[in-house]
Amino acid sequence: MSLENKEFKPKIVAFCCNWCSYAGADLAGSSRLSYPADVKIIRVPCSCRVNPMFILRAFEKGADGVIMCGCHPGDCHYSTGNYYARRRMTLLFSMLDYIGVENGRTRVEWVSAAEGVKFSETMNSFVEKIYSLGENVRLGDLRCKN
Amino acid sequence: MQRIGVFVCHCGSNIAATVDVKKVVEMAQMEPGVVHAEDYQYMCSEAGQAKIAAAIHEKGLTGVVVCSCSPRMHETTFRKAAERAGLNPYMVEIANIREHCSWIHKDMEEGTKKAVILMRAAVAKVNLNAPLQAGESRVTKRALVIGGGIAGIQTALDIADAGYEVDIVEKTPSIGGRMSQLDKTFPTLDCSACILTPKMVEAAAHDKIKIYTYSEVDKVSGFVGDFTVDIRKKARSVDMDKCTGCGVCQEKCPSKKAPSEFNRGLNTRSAIYTPFAQAIPNVPVIDREACIKFKTGKCGLCSKVCQAGAIDYEQKDEIVTEKYGAIVVATGFDTINLEKYDEYAYSQSKDVITSLELERVMNAAGPTHGHLERLSDGKAPKEIVFIQCVGSRCSDDRGKPYCSKICCMYTAKHAMLIRDKYPDVNVTVFYIDVRTPGKNFDEFYRRAVEQYGVNYIKGQVGKVIPQPDGKLLVQGSDLLDNRQILKEADMVVLATAIEPNPDVRKIATMLTASIDTNNFLTEAHAKLRPVESPTAGIFLSGVCQGPKDIPETVAQAGAAAVKAIGLLAKDKLMTNPCTAQADILLCNGCSTCENVCPYGAITYEDKEVNDHGIRETRRIAVVNNALCQGCGACTVACPSGAMDLQGFSNRQIIAEVDAICR
Repeated sequence: MSLENKEFKPKIVAFCCNWCSYAGADLAGSSRLSYPADVKIIRVPCSCRVNPMFILRAFEKGADGVIMCGCHPGDCHYSTGNYYARRRMTLLFSMLDYIGVENGRTRVEWVSAAEGVKFSETMNSFVEKIYSLGENVRLGDLRCKN
Repeated sequence: MQRIGVFVCHCGSNIAATVDVKKVVEMAQMEPGVVHAEDYQYMCSEAGQAKIAAAIHEKGLTGVVVCSCSPRMHETTFRKAAERAGLNPYMVEIANIREHCSWIHKDMEEGTKKAVILMRAAVAKVNLNAPLQAGESRVTKRALVIGGGIAGIQTALDIADAGYEVDIVEKTPSIGGRMSQLDKTFPTLDCSACILTPKMVEAAAHDKIKIYTYSEVDKVSGFVGDFTVDIRKKARSVDMDKCTGCGVCQEKCPSKKAPSEFNRGLNTRSAIYTPFAQAIPNVPVIDREACIKFKTGKCGLCSKVCQAGAIDYEQKDEIVTEKYGAIVVATGFDTINLEKYDEYAYSQSKDVITSLELERVMNAAGPTHGHLERLSDGKAPKEIVFIQCVGSRCSDDRGKPYCSKICCMYTAKHAMLIRDKYPDVNVTVFYIDVRTPGKNFDEFYRRAVEQYGVNYIKGQVGKVIPQPDGKLLVQGSDLLDNRQILKEADMVVLATAIEPNPDVRKIATMLTASIDTNNFLTEAHAKLRPVESPTAGIFLSGVCQGPKDIPETVAQAGAAAVKAIGLLAKDKLMTNPCTAQADILLCNGCSTCENVCPYGAITYEDKEVNDHGIRETRRIAVVNNALCQGCGACTVACPSGAMDLQGFSNRQIIAEVDAICR
């Protein structure tokens, strides 16, 4: 089967901090607010735990989009973690864009524990964006593709 | 290689309806390391937990994956179950296939596929888990209560009665809060001061309670069991030890033009003042912005008349640093600003007032000495209109989306009291719904209608138009009769929405406690942990968590106290073992991690290392496990990759990424 006629099902990794966004995702769940199953969430203690290496790894392994969610600026459970995350991601995303992983494939969003609606809306819009961009081929290790 | 058991929960039909659990079990058996997989109706039940324990014993499991609800729900349950069966609790991971999968997807095939992937990620992580040991930290047996209203006072009294020290920090010059401003309370109509002031006195006299009034929390550091708090005692300009509370200074003060906060600005007070006669402490403060001495340097009359010599113009703010084991937030509420509701003519007419202002008008110690009169001309009103839900249950961004909960009842109270005292006054209430869920509440409302003849009209008011003759023309609708209503009133009372105290955002940030979109503090669980913040050691009392009446506030205050006592009663707390650790062979002591650590948990030591046969002394980062909270900021900042987080290691997270992208 060639790549062209296979229906595109994107692989999307979402890093969510334990205190705000993961809880926001839980709230989206308990409120039954749907978003596409393409999104898979990895729980991290804080957005500042997300090493740029994890994101590069995801793209290398064939992810089509990576989104990182944390507490709103000023509301970080660890006071300052999301500020570090914001700076790191700004730098990383501009570098990724430079090497051909378009900015649309990477995103940072602040979602609080009370924002189940925002979580679901964010995921819906991100997945829609990834569908419009299509498969990520730039950084993918071709050996990882079927 | 680990020996992993995978346990898939049906959660009744919550998971099983959209995820083929048998398929997840089947797929789990093919994962590396998995030696056992089974499913069960309710994994969290006793029988479910017994299945996990049995598999640990029989199959010699070294790791467990439970595919179930969110780890925020039952991670602790399953970790404890594993621990009882002799497994290190940190060898258990949860795959969240309910909140993150079955509840949001409708298609069985799609849901099952996703559940399998989430299971794989958890298995991949457990394969790299290592047993962790929780450390211990001490508990300071003292609680801080922020806010001295009825919620704060009740919480403090309950904690103090259990034998623990409590400090109350109150921003205004006296404790008492909103309740001290109320005249009568529903549904019993007892006078607010009569039931509140004894509690205020009890708190002030309690040997375990220390009250900081005219003070604010400036800084909070530390964590559950061991908070360090800076309290700013604002300059009172009066020596609390010397003042006898005689009140002569207030009488003699020539500056009497400052709006009285206690009377909601309806009258004025002197520059040196106590907010109300029963204030605790009965020690005045000088409002430096209104005081002539502070503005021009001339005056000093209060100092001259004070026989105790208590006036101190030189007094400065003082910072007191204290240690606490638990912090209770009881910051209460205020009414919303009515700027965006100008159709009710609040800013145009003095006779349009809020319900809280009416409380002051009805109160004997209020601006009208308890006489019901128009604030514009002092005339007795004959026709009063109450408008409900001003800013509450609002669908646009002018007001608040929630129901303020107390307005229906206090309006019934106001209407009843007015009709009782002034039978010739007509009272009309415009309402959307009348909500009276509470003990004896509906009976109370019906008494207002049936016994006191209050005229309730279902419908909203579109506009209040002040007339040249001083009357107010109220344009409303009657939905039940389907007609427009034009009514001339002498007074209009707005049941104004309540909102959390505006300072709460600042306080929540200091405490790293989460807050919702309406600025109410978020509870750890909406149903099961309603008085705890998700941040350990922080408890919620009163309206800071959501709208409440007095009985509910007192009940919640007691509940918050019990939770705080439960914490203070412990001598030691188990600390989170998911802390950072530096690989001594990779660390080069560069100090990058120290700079990003918000807890000052990282120090450096000269250590003897054996790097592939080369023995030398190197400067190595050392993490203090009692201080480290496990955020992981240092792990990413570390340029040599020496720093890693236990329980969320680089290898574990990458394994999850790989499993998801497989």
